[in-house]
Amino acid sequence: MRLRKASLPYLLLLPGLGWLLLFFLLPLIYMALESLKTGTIDTGFRLTWEFSNYTNALSDYSEQFVRSFEYAGLATLIAFLIGYPLAYVIAFRGGKWRNAMLLLVIVPFFVTYLIRTLSWETILSDSGIVVSTLKSLGILSEDGRLLDTTVSVVAGITYNFLPFMILPLYASLERIDPRLLEAGYDLYGRRRDVFFRVTLPLSMPGVVAGGLLTFIPAAGDFINAQLLGTPKQFMIGNVIQSRYLVVADYPTAAALSFLLMAFMLIIVVIWARIAGTEALLGTEGERA
Amino acid sequence: MTAIRRRGFDWLLNAYAGLALFYLLLPIAVIIVFSFNKPASRFNFIWEQFSLDAWKHPFAVPGVQDALENSLEIAAVSTVIATALGTLTALALVRYEFKGRSPVNFFIFIPLATPEVVLGAALLSQFLNWGSPKLGFATILIAHVMFNLSFVIITVRSRLIGFDRSLEEAAQDLGATPWQTFRLVTLPLIMPGVVSGALLAFALSIDDFVITNFNSGSTITFPLFIWGAARVAIQPQIYVIATMIFLVTVAAMIATVWQQRRAERMASVRPDEPELALEPARA
Repeated sequence: MRLRKASLPYLLLLPGLGWLLLFFLLPLIYMALESLKTGTIDTGFRLTWEFSNYTNALSDYSEQFVRSFEYAGLATLIAFLIGYPLAYVIAFRGGKWRNAMLLLVIVPFFVTYLIRTLSWETILSDSGIVVSTLKSLGILSEDGRLLDTTVSVVAGITYNFLPFMILPLYASLERIDPRLLEAGYDLYGRRRDVFFRVTLPLSMPGVVAGGLLTFIPAAGDFINAQLLGTPKQFMIGNVIQSRYLVVADYPTAAALSFLLMAFMLIIVVIWARIAGTEALLGTEGERA
Repeated sequence: MTAIRRRGFDWLLNAYAGLALFYLLLPIAVIIVFSFNKPASRFNFIWEQFSLDAWKHPFAVPGVQDALENSLEIAAVSTVIATALGTLTALALVRYEFKGRSPVNFFIFIPLATPEVVLGAALLSQFLNWGSPKLGFATILIAHVMFNLSFVIITVRSRLIGFDRSLEEAAQDLGATPWQTFRLVTLPLIMPGVVSGALLAFALSIDDFVITNFNSGSTITFPLFIWGAARVAIQPQIYVIATMIFLVTVAAMIATVWQQRRAERMASVRPDEPELALEPARA
């Protein structure tokens, strides 16, 4: 009986964890082997421990790598600048409208990702209202466009991942005890002081989580660059997708995937150092 | 002076938040409006004239109905599997102390921190090496359960953490078997978490393009259909279907919120106050 009890958690874990081991971890091992092969789709690929696949992939596609992180960083920053004030207003001034406003924040998720990206194609198109307004204001030159530029791709990425930024920000702001802010004011803190010394530091877990949740999918995205950009805006995701599915150059694509994952892990680890792993894994409050 | 400045700032902040909400909603409004358009070209980008044609025949685009059916079927099946497996995993992680719990917690987090394109590519590598199953319905299903699992586990786990174990002990003191306790006490109490996990899984599955794109073979889901169509033509029908999915989701969302409110109200008539509850027993 005691033995059965001790094995119970493992039995409960087995199906879910087994699935992840078999279809998440094992595939990574297959991909690792794939990345060290040589050959072509016609002659077949052979495992030759070709580590130069990595250096070649990195030097051939460094441009797309850099661009991915630039776009993702920019999108994360803009999402923060848009999202923080909104999350602040919902958390501290939402009142009875709080839940309704939160619902509006996640409304974009109710429309298929690809279609909301296509919608941006409509909004930013050459004959659309945004372009014509900017032209009449003289901000955009007569033959200027927004579609197929960096602007449209970054705008699309920012839009698509904005709720991932707002929700964690809201969660951490909402948790702040308003009495702490009152104490700040009672001690003659000006608004600015109270915000920068109390509110912002206390909301840091949300900033860190939101940043991560926005940055990771943004850096790996290829849909926005494909639909709203041109090959000049292509990111590393576009390269991986076409190397795998169009060119069938599996070793390069696999090496690129691992490089992307490695860069991400480095960023997550740095982030975790700042935030603490508990906040990141969401395991705080569990029994030790 | 400062009062006026403060009020001015308040107003500005609210206006800024309003603009942010406008930005979030604008593309959705465009989709709904353009579903009533009668475009002159193959692409539904320029407003021509109001028309109900697309709404009268929403599935008139060849292939779209099959794609939708595939999407719904995959979402339903993968949701059931991922929710069942994920709930069991979450139970093990919160309720039991065992060797290797924190590595497992970390391992579950990794798929969430992995770019989708990597998840899709890795799984494809494995299927290509195995040579089976043939890329198609089964491989999409496997992929969807895989990426949904971590989301379900984390959602259910967060619900379990605030769980009052004395209720289960009470059931067992009253002679309930472990299975009866689970079915009659534990499961109803964690149900809101399980339902949220399932809804999340369904939404993620029906929306997924990237991972499906790698593992679909010749099977077409709704997002894959749009991807293919986007290069050739975007009919207003696609916007009609998007609007329909949108409306159904909003309705489901409101129904869930309403149901959970009701459940909370019913739970609040419980005689025991949280303050009176004894310290949670340690296993």
